[in-house]
Amino acid sequence: MIAHSIFFYFFSIIAIISSIMVIASKNTVHSVFFLILDFISISCLFIMIGAEFLGMIMLIVYVGAVAVLFLFVVMMLNVAQKDDQILKKSSYSHVPFGLIISVVIFSELLIVIGGWKYKPNIVSPKSLTIDENISNAHSIGKVLYTDYIHVFQLSGIILLVAMIGAIVLTFKKRSGIKRQSYIEQISREKSSGVSLVDVEINRGIKIDD
Amino acid sequence: MIEITLQNYLILGAIIFTIGIIGIFLNRKNLIVILMCIELLLLAVNINLVSFSIFLNDLNGQIFTLFILTVAAAEAAIGLAIIVVYYRNSGSIYVEDIDRLKG
Repeated sequence: MIAHSIFFYFFSIIAIISSIMVIASKNTVHSVFFLILDFISISCLFIMIGAEFLGMIMLIVYVGAVAVLFLFVVMMLNVAQKDDQILKKSSYSHVPFGLIISVVIFSELLIVIGGWKYKPNIVSPKSLTIDENISNAHSIGKVLYTDYIHVFQLSGIILLVAMIGAIVLTFKKRSGIKRQSYIEQISREKSSGVSLVDVEINRGIKIDD
Repeated sequence: MIEITLQNYLILGAIIFTIGIIGIFLNRKNLIVILMCIELLLLAVNINLVSFSIFLNDLNGQIFTLFILTVAAAEAAIGLAIIVVYYRNSGSIYVEDIDRLKG
């Protein structure tokens, strides 16, 4: 129990500090790095409390895909250099409103957490109890591919639509590049490709290319 | 303090959620940081769901976390694609410069 609390405080303090650094650091690349650190420490927490599969999936999806995508876009768009001059001329008139709203939201969340304690029997359906004898990935798979199969396929469709959407959005047709066009190649015929010319004697012929 | 209960995890989720909201409100830099703050919000929701699932001994929370993960990945891909297109069209993705809607 002592080890549990020590590890909990270790990982959660790292997570909180790195998420503060995500919004506070001036360089955007540093923000992405702290986001990666945040994801890693939260997935360590997940693995620690017994959701190993989700922790590993979190590492793969967030750190391996999403954060690298962020890093890629940040480095591609070259936004890290202009930060200082932008920060100087920015106005801070909306800062108090933002802080007030954030504090209100945080206290609301705390009130919800405390209020949940007074009425604990409000959530006790226990529809899917966790079986201790089989592993976490096994129990998730037993439920995910049977009871939740339609939702699972819908999430696959969401990913497909996102992929197509990202390609369609960022695809740019460039001019000035010679491309192969299969249809033109196949539909080429003798009448359009070859022309017979009568060459006059001692004149030669001019071929325009 | 020593014993870690559900409350500790929920408070951790609440803190990270609030940090994400502060990041969205107080952001003076570029749009990518706002997208990262949205990822932080989804991460806090995931923490809540997983800790409820573990401490209440119910598997539904972890299943929902998987779907939230899917939606978060799709949202990041689409959002970054939109940012790239915006950068291509206007040449800047700083929050100060984006005032076409006069908001």
